[in-house]
Amino acid sequence: MKRIEEKFATLRTRNEKALIVYLTAGDPSLDITKKLIFALEKAGVDILEIGVPFSDPTADGPVIQAASQRSLRSGTTLESVLKMITEVRKVSEIPIVLFGYFNPIFAYGVKNFAQSAHSAGVDGVLVVDLPYEEAKELRKYTDSVGIDFISLIAPTTDKERLKKIAAKASGFLYYISITGITGTAAPKIENIKKEVQNVRKITTLPIAVGFGISQPEQAKGIGRFADGIVIGSAIVRLIDENKNNRDLEKIVSRYVSEIKKALKSK
Amino acid sequence: MNKTLPDKNGHFGIFGGRYAAETLMPALIELEKAYQIARKDKNFQKEFEWYQREYAGRVTPLYYAQRMTESLHGAKIYLKREDLNHTGSHKINNTLGQALLARRMGKKKVIAETGAGQHGVATATVAALFGMECKIFMGEEDIRRQAPNVYRMKILGAEVVPVKSGTATLKDAMNEAMRYWVSSVRDTFYVIGTTAGPHPYPQMVRDFQSVIGREIKNQIMKLEGRNPDVLIACVGGGSNAMGTFYPFRNEKNIAMYGVEAAGYGLHTSEHSASINGGKVGVLHGNKTYLLQDKHGQVRDAYSVAAGLDYPGVGPEHAYLHSTKKVKYVTVTDKEAIKAFYFLSRKEGLIPALESAHALAYAMKITPRMSKNKIVVICLSGRGDKDAQTIIETNEI
Repeated sequence: MKRIEEKFATLRTRNEKALIVYLTAGDPSLDITKKLIFALEKAGVDILEIGVPFSDPTADGPVIQAASQRSLRSGTTLESVLKMITEVRKVSEIPIVLFGYFNPIFAYGVKNFAQSAHSAGVDGVLVVDLPYEEAKELRKYTDSVGIDFISLIAPTTDKERLKKIAAKASGFLYYISITGITGTAAPKIENIKKEVQNVRKITTLPIAVGFGISQPEQAKGIGRFADGIVIGSAIVRLIDENKNNRDLEKIVSRYVSEIKKALKSK
Repeated sequence: MNKTLPDKNGHFGIFGGRYAAETLMPALIELEKAYQIARKDKNFQKEFEWYQREYAGRVTPLYYAQRMTESLHGAKIYLKREDLNHTGSHKINNTLGQALLARRMGKKKVIAETGAGQHGVATATVAALFGMECKIFMGEEDIRRQAPNVYRMKILGAEVVPVKSGTATLKDAMNEAMRYWVSSVRDTFYVIGTTAGPHPYPQMVRDFQSVIGREIKNQIMKLEGRNPDVLIACVGGGSNAMGTFYPFRNEKNIAMYGVEAAGYGLHTSEHSASINGGKVGVLHGNKTYLLQDKHGQVRDAYSVAAGLDYPGVGPEHAYLHSTKKVKYVTVTDKEAIKAFYFLSRKEGLIPALESAHALAYAMKITPRMSKNKIVVICLSGRGDKDAQTIIETNEI
């Protein structure tokens, strides 16, 4: 069984929800990203989204934009991110989703990318600007090596479109909780509940909810009906604020432990 | 050039497409449907033509530049006077079309990105005309370089939103406009200013701008009884060039030149020549030629002409480059500035620095052509806005 599928299956038997955490790889450095990955796994994170920085992140809010810029300035490339993941894989089985924009993958070469990502131990890809209509050019290669293609569902996605997307999706579905860019507004939990229930009627895939979640209370509320929640900007901000602090890993671990605890509490 | 392009998903060969965030996809599909109906609707076309004629001042003249022709001792030169349009450039052709479509779709708010400010002014103008709320995203560096246009937008009632990210120029303004659109997509119409962006924008902008080439075709037939031998237009995103070239797509024996900005030269990293100095990639919703490093990070473009200062190019231009139907050439800042003065002093026409790139290329090739050949240059805009830039180059 694939790592993502297995993780959701295990959590389901324990009646738990997945805590998915996003990190911008290479912010402040790939070495620190690697250490943070291990710390996060210990602190109870179930799935990691590793952000590949891009010069023009048009779906991201100011926090992740700034992180991408810092990461690029420190010399991060898709190649170096894959190398870092290879090292992580030597000691960890945590499911890893590469999160980013299409151009760095296109420049790397889609076929090469699928092979390199697979051998590095990447489990899924989420390409923000590769919607259903354009996905084939990457999936042609990623599907055949068993990398999940994580698809986004937005509040603006209608039912007919949702059906098409869900029919082709793999791994899990990522429900965008706000009509907006990452980390810029708090989602309205009652609305999301309805939407997630609608998605549920169409698919048996796990549904994760993200964009704008930062508080344990939100995690708890959304965890009641979704299969997982994604924390991104909040943790990227925390890393930036504490990047020169010797206790960075502890601080980040403490934060995710609280979210995990809230997710577990009924 | 194939009449059926783009295909139903907006592809011109391998170029174009709809590489957009899921949140925007339903809006892009809605827009596409609305546009496909509108373009076949006689009432829409009639209304569009009425505004072009009565409001923007079309038809624009095809002017025989006699003094320019005589001093270059070569082919006969005609200028398509898009500078005479209301707001001073070809940009109004497109904003009128998109605003009419926005009104049809019931959208009361419009947003736009702008580089030189010409598209911003043209959008602010139609927003005022149709009583729409208007926000213009503009890089801080461009706000500084193009102050007069910023004042014009504000006078017209638009809000100018300064963009600080990146190099604070057109690319960053477009990033920010797209982010804003993601958050406001339910009630806001994004008026893209060039033949770029996700489908259906490249097609829609091309269609709205094609009035330029259609008029040239009629006018030159009346004046000379035949088609021109050469068409020249500058290419940033490429809307005036696409408008000029498109109606001639099925004609034979016409050489078409798209002139990219070489800035300080193609051998430097300071230029905006996406086709001549870039590689294929994906940005702002479409696949096209981009200035980028080998890791797929988009590089900053540079040109003395703010309206050409963009690291991509419209996907249909990328396609026309691949089929060799249009030849894409380059002109440096220095050559463009020389042409800027040349036209100002020979013809009493101050051209936009963008259009000066097309003029500069004409100055290179016309002296070698025989006198019975005909060259048409798209004079896409007037150059009053560039006075400050010219002063700063210390060449006044």
